[in-house]
Amino acid sequence: MSELQREVTELERKSASAARLFDIRRIIGGLFTLYGVIVGGAGVFASSADLKKAQGVNINLWTGLGMLALGLFFLVWLKLRPTAPPTPGE
Amino acid sequence: MQYLAAGLRLPTNGLDYTILAIYFIVVLGIGFAARASVKTSLDFFLSGRSLPAWVTGLAFVAANLGATEILGMSATGAQYGVAVVHWYWIGAIPAMVFLGLVMMPFYYGSKVRSVPEFLLQRFDKSAHLLASVLFAFAAVLIAGVNLYALSIVVEALLGWPQWVAIVVAGLFVLAYITIGGLSSAIYNEVLQFFVILAALIPLTILGLKRVGGWDGLTSSLKTSHGDNFLSAWGGTGIGQANPLGANWLTIVLGLGFVLSFGYWTTNFAEVQRALSAKNLSAARRTPLIAAFPKMFIVFLVMIPGLVAAVLVPKIGTPGSDLTYNDAIPMLMQELLPNGVLGIAVTGLLAAFMAGMAANVSSFNTVFTYDIWAKYVKKDQPDGYYLKFGRLITAIGVLASIGTAFIASSFSNIMGYLQTLFSFFNVPMFVVFVIGMFWKRASVKSGVWGLFAGTTAAMVNYFWIYKQGVVSIPTDQGANFVSAIVGFVAGAVVMVLVTLFTAPKPASELAGLVYGTKSPGVEEPPAEGDAAWYRRPALLGWGAIALAALCYVPYSF
Repeated sequence: MSELQREVTELERKSASAARLFDIRRIIGGLFTLYGVIVGGAGVFASSADLKKAQGVNINLWTGLGMLALGLFFLVWLKLRPTAPPTPGE
Repeated sequence: MQYLAAGLRLPTNGLDYTILAIYFIVVLGIGFAARASVKTSLDFFLSGRSLPAWVTGLAFVAANLGATEILGMSATGAQYGVAVVHWYWIGAIPAMVFLGLVMMPFYYGSKVRSVPEFLLQRFDKSAHLLASVLFAFAAVLIAGVNLYALSIVVEALLGWPQWVAIVVAGLFVLAYITIGGLSSAIYNEVLQFFVILAALIPLTILGLKRVGGWDGLTSSLKTSHGDNFLSAWGGTGIGQANPLGANWLTIVLGLGFVLSFGYWTTNFAEVQRALSAKNLSAARRTPLIAAFPKMFIVFLVMIPGLVAAVLVPKIGTPGSDLTYNDAIPMLMQELLPNGVLGIAVTGLLAAFMAGMAANVSSFNTVFTYDIWAKYVKKDQPDGYYLKFGRLITAIGVLASIGTAFIASSFSNIMGYLQTLFSFFNVPMFVVFVIGMFWKRASVKSGVWGLFAGTTAAMVNYFWIYKQGVVSIPTDQGANFVSAIVGFVAGAVVMVLVTLFTAPKPASELAGLVYGTKSPGVEEPPAEGDAAWYRRPALLGWGAIALAALCYVPYSF
């Protein structure tokens, strides 16, 4: 093994990312669920001016629903396949 | 660099600002939450080589999907029409697949921590130092230019003074990278990817509806701009005229081969995402997973550009007060009600910050590992380099804030510098492929290949083209030709130098050249990596086939 490979292998052994880094699915899921509710809510109470501007499409409602679905997808995925527990022995 | 016209102020309200504020809080939260995982310099610079492929893959796309790219590519769509697809289907996908299938085993397997570090292993210190220093300068410059572009857009859309936007965005990036390192940057890129989609999809749908659907769009454009505007290859025969100013040969060789391979396979801001993956299989899949969203994102930037060309037929011409870059902001102003508008503003700002963060997080790695630890302060304990990495991140961000302020008064110089650095990417690719595939390529050939290629590309662009020795219709076309010239010159010089200098001993080439393997322990394949949908060859060739299919409706 070259010197570089020894050094990096050693750093990989000491690294804490695999064990301690949180799962991004939780953040994406949470943020998009929240955004979905906010934007979708704006769609439920859309004014006629809003509708007219968006070519007659209730774009807030649809975008909100889409974002909500994405957020829930990530939360469900996280629930079904949780992060592997860190390997003991550190 | 005139980015946006005046008069594009968006009718934002409290709802939109709430959405924006939530995003900024989450961005900082990710930084603080990632802090606990940073224990070694490898955690800080490469996420400890531990991330799953879907995360690094989406970050790989997002690092490229900065706001300058989004506004710039929709501008290209408004100016040249459907030809903008070349930047995606031929100008990105093949290079991304090549990186994943062919080059990644050498990058990831050799355990290098940066692209320049590979040059040090394969060639020598002079090639390494040259590449490291130029990359570090270019990264700060591009981060600064991004910040400056952000400030112009924010001033036009939201009415904040430029300096406020520069300082606020700069400090946010500084905070979340200094605290959470690359993990924080990558996680924010993944988030930004989804926010940008949530902004562009509604905009594209409403834009299409506004001009009467795809049929309405094409029939209006055929009347106003002609048939070639809606065709990818129309008018690109050699000697024919087309708005792009390039023929099929320079598009395929210049853009598709040299420029795109140079950018996607040797730009460390991209490759770094793959190097942070948890194993070789995940590293190889990083650019392959990225290829699929990349292929379809073009519709989300091209269609708004085309719609803008219908709504404002004079866009970009001297008679109009709108420039091509205004395409997306103009549609946001015309079509999006409050709520989705907030998402769109958040998406644009997120894209600017991510574009800057990608450069900062690759700059600090190269500066620490490749410059400081190799030439200035060698053999310090790892904790020293971690601390130094945080310090240089802060310095890098402050330097790009400075660059942004300089750019606001000398924007021509900045444009010039960017062109200059872009010519350096070209020979990087030639040096890498020859270095990886030709065992005999000598130690000294690396630095000479870099020199010769860069010089040739610059001479072609600044002298032969700019001085009118040979006439090429547009800057774009000249760029493609310069890339080809740089590639050929670099290759020829490498071969010549190799013939007269000593090769590297075979024992030192293990794992760096095609046909050799890194010594060291074989890592066992992770559980589930054998699944058919995770096979790199299938993903890679699937992406190529799909990109070729995408061309079909726009080629005849």
